[in-house]
Amino acid sequence: MLSRVADSIYWMCRYIERAENVARFIDVNLHLVLDLVILQHEQWVPLIKVTGDDKLFMKRYGQVNQRNVIQFLTFDREYPNSILSCLSTARENARSIREIISSEMWEQVNKFYLLVRDAAENREVFDRPHDFFDEVKRNSHLFTGLTLDTMSHGEGWHFGRLGRLIERADKTSRILDVKYFILLPRVEYVGTPYDNIQWSALLKSASGLEMYRKRYHRISPRQVVEFLIFDQEFPRAVAYCLKKADESLHCISGTNIGTYGNLAERRLGRLSVDLHFTDAETVLHSGVHEFLDHFQLKLNEVGEAIFETFFAMRPLPGPWFGERAAQ
Amino acid sequence: MDFSQYDPEDFHDELFVTSGRPRPGAALLVERIESLPEGDLLRRQRAAEATLYQMGITFTVYGHDQGTERIWPFDLIPRIVETADWKIIERGLRQRIYALNAFIHDVYHGRHIIKDMVIPEEVILSGASYRSQCIGFNPPKGIWCHVTGTDLVRDKDGAFYVLEDNLRCPSGVSYVLENRQILKRNFPALFEASRVRPVEDYPNRLLATLEFVAPQGPGALTAVVLSPGIYNSAYFEHSFLARQMGVELVEGRDLVVSDGYVHMRTTKGFERVDVIYRRIDDDFLDPLMFRPDSFLGVPGIMEVYRAGRVALANAPGTGIADDKVIYAYVPKIIKYYMGEDPVLPNVPTYVCWEDKEREYVLENLEKLVVKSANESGGYGMLVGPHSTKEERSQFADLIRAHPRNYIAQPTVALSRVPTIVDDHFEGRHVDLRPYILYGENIYVLPGGLTRVALRKGSLVVNSSQGGGSKDTWVLDLMPATSEQQQQS
Repeated sequence: MLSRVADSIYWMCRYIERAENVARFIDVNLHLVLDLVILQHEQWVPLIKVTGDDKLFMKRYGQVNQRNVIQFLTFDREYPNSILSCLSTARENARSIREIISSEMWEQVNKFYLLVRDAAENREVFDRPHDFFDEVKRNSHLFTGLTLDTMSHGEGWHFGRLGRLIERADKTSRILDVKYFILLPRVEYVGTPYDNIQWSALLKSASGLEMYRKRYHRISPRQVVEFLIFDQEFPRAVAYCLKKADESLHCISGTNIGTYGNLAERRLGRLSVDLHFTDAETVLHSGVHEFLDHFQLKLNEVGEAIFETFFAMRPLPGPWFGERAAQ
Repeated sequence: MDFSQYDPEDFHDELFVTSGRPRPGAALLVERIESLPEGDLLRRQRAAEATLYQMGITFTVYGHDQGTERIWPFDLIPRIVETADWKIIERGLRQRIYALNAFIHDVYHGRHIIKDMVIPEEVILSGASYRSQCIGFNPPKGIWCHVTGTDLVRDKDGAFYVLEDNLRCPSGVSYVLENRQILKRNFPALFEASRVRPVEDYPNRLLATLEFVAPQGPGALTAVVLSPGIYNSAYFEHSFLARQMGVELVEGRDLVVSDGYVHMRTTKGFERVDVIYRRIDDDFLDPLMFRPDSFLGVPGIMEVYRAGRVALANAPGTGIADDKVIYAYVPKIIKYYMGEDPVLPNVPTYVCWEDKEREYVLENLEKLVVKSANESGGYGMLVGPHSTKEERSQFADLIRAHPRNYIAQPTVALSRVPTIVDDHFEGRHVDLRPYILYGENIYVLPGGLTRVALRKGSLVVNSSQGGGSKDTWVLDLMPATSEQQQQS
């Protein structure tokens, strides 16, 4: 498969997943705001902080409030990670590989982009934000489902899944981070009904509340961390994402699981193992935010390794005779 | 909707002889459309547009900052070409392509046509598409123009004329195939009954053409389509053709020359490429040989090509034959290489670099269509009868300054086809671009792109200038015989 094509599939899927997760971020906050009567505007600060793009936001908007944050994260074309920008990038990538992906996938990316572009014009979103962000999630799911069922599960498909899962692992960790940004400093909330409500909102925004309840029944911070980071079966849990990403990497290279044949496999393998030998207790003890921070850093290094291994335009090989002579 | 109010007026109409009297080949279609329940045709038309929109079948318009991507308007009423007419077109195009290929070869070899004083040397050497780098080159199997799209028009008298030869990277064939899909979905029964010749075989034929000219060696051949990328106006088509042929769509940056061959960069290393259907212009193909500032091409590819280790379609240098001044000489070219008169005549053409003809052109600008010799897509063009005084004086200055760059033709009263306008039919002017493949033999796709000028009275059919498209039905009146032939 062409390196450029693999790169485009990978990023198309990453950007669709990113768009979906931005919707999830906003959604969790909208739920939190409903239950947190006081200091509504302050509530939107962590959301911007967690994206890591707070400087750009302040420069462009100056004031943190619900409307500005939603505008920034959803429709701002100048902000490369807004939902609209993500979908525009995903669509440009899809356009360059139309002969590789199925028509159904292309049409869905196209429709998805047009949906958000049109929403940016009519402003109804601000009156009924929940409906809109649900729609965004649904469209992303539709794309993922179409990808699963209309594209051959060959090399290209695995690059797509790899991109989606790397992105998802990163964003699930950040959704968890939102909660810690908001609540850890306020010891007085811990264990109160507010606390439970907020943890529920968090699980809901990862579409995990029901699955969590089946497994653990009652809300407890330790178990939420366990569920969102270490669960091996829940498809948005970090550990699950890494396991499946690792499978895809090995399908692409043809090496056996548990061994490695390139830098990407080595780094992802090590990160999975590290996670495997950690548990929720340790994480809570050492500080959830610190743990997540470190994890995101390591995951970025995996992304860089994927780029180096498969997409980077490698320099020309030596002269033909030289190559043969070396063997 | 019915045709009772439809008036062909003083033009050749492709579906009607006179008002209320459809041509024999169009009778079934007219009957079927008139039998549709009220509102049904409009509903289908809108559904077809929605399909195009969702499929993202778009083209790019240059010179617009916003909304550069547009859907090409499509009209549901097909254009019909009857069997006898098609036979002439097919014969004429085969003859023309054969002669043009011989001409290109001669230009880069013996130049007999110049020595025999059929065409003056300076006309050839001053052509913007003439490539001195191709002198002495022998393309595989002697074929230069593998893919051609020739623009035909039909005048009031009903005769077909060649308006333009497109021998570089003619586009539009993807619309032929997509339009057909939409028509089939909308009128399946009518389709079967009308005996329309299929166009779906085109991608296979194109691949066979490419494989025919590829360097022969052990192992499977790798063919690719080379595109300038997603911002090119015909990108949709490049990707469509690659998908239909089941080959990779590559950009210049995906290709690299090493070990004397062309390779593509893949996730598992370099893979050799044998034949390239390139949809980028000569100028951008190889920065080492043509424009050094090109980022779209592949450095060193021409050297591999000249060594016969990769095939390119169309061959570089082919553009000399679709220069609009050379066009004026094509009837002589056909006569010279084949000893025959052209089956399809040219539209009469005045070349502005000849003093007498230039004088005539300058005196009659309001009656003529003036075209720049090396622009396509309807850019750099003056339609005399629809022009303002300022436009005419502007063009007069241009012609005086660069006579070699301009030709002029009388306006042809292009034939018309009924077209849906709001809730009724009106005649709109059309042209026809059939596609010709030159491989083991010369193949003319039975169909083609019918472009329609959607603005009332307009004669400009280009997509960038308010044109749309229609499906083109070439009828097969002797289906039984052709089936028997296939069986035997």
